[in-house]
Amino acid sequence: MATAQVVSEKNYLNESKGLWSWLTTLDHKRIGLLYMVAVLTFFLLGGLFAMLLRVELFAPGKTIMDASQYNQVMTLHGTIMVFMVIIPGIPAFLGNFILPLHIGAKDVAFPRINLLSWYCLITGASIAFFSLFKNGVDTGWTFYTPYSIQTSNGTTFVVLGAFVMGFSSILTGLNFIVTIHTLRAPGMSFWRLPLFVWALYSTAVIQVLATPILAITLLLIAAERLLGIGIFDPKLGGDPVLFEHFFWFYSHPAVYIMILPAMGVVSELITAFSHKTIFGYKAIAMSSIGIAAVSFFVWGHHLFVAGQSEVAGIVFSFITMLVGVPTAIKTFNWIATLYKGSIQFQSPMLFALGFLFLFTIGGVTGIILATIGVDVHFHDTYFVVAHFHYVMVGGTLMAIMGGIYYWFPKIFGRMYNEFWARVTFVLIFVGFNVTFYPQFVLGSMGMPRRYYDYLPEYTSLNRISSVGAWTIGTGFLIALFVIIHGLLKGKKAEMNPWGAKTLEWTTSSPPPHENFINEPIVTAGPYEYR
Amino acid sequence: MSTANSHSHNSNLAHHFKSLDQQFDAAKLGVWLFLATEILMFGGLFVGYIIFHGLYPEMFAEGAKHLDWRLGATNTLVLLLSSFTMASGVQYAQTNQKKKCVTALVITFLCGCAFLLIKYFEYSHKIHDGLLPGKFFSNHEAEHANLAMYFSFYFCMTGLHASHVIAGMCLIAWVAVRASKGQFNSEFYTPVEGVGLFWHLVDLIWIYLFPLLYLVG
Amino acid sequence: MAHGDQNQAHHGHHITPIATYAKILGLLVILTILTVAVARPVSGFDAGILNAGIAFLIASVKAAMVLAIFMGLKYDKKIHLAIFISAVFFLIVMFTFSVLDIYTRIHVESTL
Repeated sequence: MATAQVVSEKNYLNESKGLWSWLTTLDHKRIGLLYMVAVLTFFLLGGLFAMLLRVELFAPGKTIMDASQYNQVMTLHGTIMVFMVIIPGIPAFLGNFILPLHIGAKDVAFPRINLLSWYCLITGASIAFFSLFKNGVDTGWTFYTPYSIQTSNGTTFVVLGAFVMGFSSILTGLNFIVTIHTLRAPGMSFWRLPLFVWALYSTAVIQVLATPILAITLLLIAAERLLGIGIFDPKLGGDPVLFEHFFWFYSHPAVYIMILPAMGVVSELITAFSHKTIFGYKAIAMSSIGIAAVSFFVWGHHLFVAGQSEVAGIVFSFITMLVGVPTAIKTFNWIATLYKGSIQFQSPMLFALGFLFLFTIGGVTGIILATIGVDVHFHDTYFVVAHFHYVMVGGTLMAIMGGIYYWFPKIFGRMYNEFWARVTFVLIFVGFNVTFYPQFVLGSMGMPRRYYDYLPEYTSLNRISSVGAWTIGTGFLIALFVIIHGLLKGKKAEMNPWGAKTLEWTTSSPPPHENFINEPIVTAGPYEYR
Repeated sequence: MSTANSHSHNSNLAHHFKSLDQQFDAAKLGVWLFLATEILMFGGLFVGYIIFHGLYPEMFAEGAKHLDWRLGATNTLVLLLSSFTMASGVQYAQTNQKKKCVTALVITFLCGCAFLLIKYFEYSHKIHDGLLPGKFFSNHEAEHANLAMYFSFYFCMTGLHASHVIAGMCLIAWVAVRASKGQFNSEFYTPVEGVGLFWHLVDLIWIYLFPLLYLVG
Repeated sequence: MAHGDQNQAHHGHHITPIATYAKILGLLVILTILTVAVARPVSGFDAGILNAGIAFLIASVKAAMVLAIFMGLKYDKKIHLAIFISAVFFLIVMFTFSVLDIYTRIHVESTL
């Protein structure tokens, strides 16, 4: 068992053949790959729109598109990246593949529902894209009323599409909670769960408890558009700020749906490439739960200048600061894990370290924005844009990239090209900072976000930002080639190329159909290095 | 070391579970999580309702006058009865009483039909009077300027609830057919139990909808 | 150890007698009649500001009975109760903070 085992004859990839076998598969690993294909495709699209936006913003005035096209491209970029890339990105793709392997199960609890959730994503995305034939959408991904009630017909489709994609998210979360509760291998107690599983568990709790509110909110928006029900319409006695409450009650916890799994991936990467038992296992596990819990109490910080009362603003401002506590606990524990570790700088680790650096900036600027007095100045400026891109791209996307490289040998049974993988890290990391650091400056100078045009004095920083964006774009394109090249030409991977300790590395690469030939029996924690 | 194959084979046991008990626990946990999402989804509407009720109490009182509490109360009793027969249906499945189980499920289904029928009469009456949500509101005797909003809530809440009644009836029909084929027994009755929980939730929501919509004032 | 689960006893699923269900149904019907009886539009009974509260309270008693007996939470694993409670809890959170905003907003300077 300990001898390096080259790809076994039968594995989940060659278990059955043909497109149909993939579209009807109930194997969590194959569904994970279906998600990978979908998410990467959406990511390419969303990225393309980002590139177009930065071309437009290269110079003041009209560059390549007019103002209404700009609004539509911006909405598409936001909607695609949030609902179709970052939310399903880690849980539904990497989580689906890794979770049952991590806990020593044969599959997730409800394989059919797992497949259904993928079809929900695809159906929802198709409905949303149908809006392109209905004059597009220019509301931004937040669908704020009353504008979203009045603007083009396409909005209804995007709203209904997001509603259907919400089901995908709920079903994935539900499946994961049940899987973690009922399908752990013998000996796999809760305190022996890998931290990625803890992160997925916290994420799933948010998915199950917050997404239904998004569902009803989007239904009400659709009802507003079709029936004019007036609940969010001030003309009819409604309250548009109530819409923002409803929307952010979901969408703020959703931010943690995006970042918590990324934190889980980073926990895995840092301990694996430090070859050292993780520092503060329980603290990291509990802080995931803590973040999930606090996330439900802070949504009002999105409404500081929206007409929310001062009292509510002060309360939300204070509670928002609390998010910093469990987040900092994680960061300190990761750094403590690095201390005196035998660190190897392979590309997954580079992305994990990049995450630490960028996410810390994103997190600390979040505390700045939580301060109500400062936020009044920074609200709806590029400072906010830079802040959440540091969290979403600098955090989540760095973790996705790190996770893809880390589990690549397990997923495909082949190795990728390490040199070019490092090149992608350098391009993405440098490009990212060149893009978004200037936006902090632009924001503090007062450049408003979402605007098509800007004053001439903002030109030079915007140019730097655009050049940075194209650097990131190049980095991700090279990453795509690294993945495809590894898939086709990579050399065969061993069972455990990184010397990591979690269960997925004790089965062959790629794993057999039911993951383990013999059910594993767990006798120790997940990170018994030294 | 044992492998999955050494465990007893059972057509109801999926390959990735070790025992029917484990599978039952998983299914039930899943159903409860699903019910939690339903509670939150309806809850969003309730939150909106209570907030606007607090802001415009006279409007809600006027709206409630247009509803017939007798029909609402009848529907409450119909749903309570159906919950009873549903619970009994599960119990009969648990105790291998196939015939009684099917009868109980059929009565539950018929109660669902009765509920929808009464709802249909209520709706057509509202439509006739122009008491419709939002921009379709055309009743000229309305005193309160925003009475349309009351009917927005009325139709959104009862409409969403009715769609759940229909979904529940489809599920009940499904388990009734399976029960009549003798597919459930004391060892395996998970689908009846799950559908039952869903149906009770539909009843639960109506228990709140009835006083909130029909009896405020 | 690997064979442990085979010996595991079938942990008995609770079976509630039909008579209990019938009793609960009776109580639910009585409470429904009570709800109607104390409603102002029906009987003229008026407890002022408490009207809505009383209706809500009776509904909650009914709901608790449905949950405990019909849905079996009384005999069930505690985790199912925990799931239900967390759903209601987060609903209350959403309600509380939204109301906190709206009421402190309106009472300061009514522009709504």
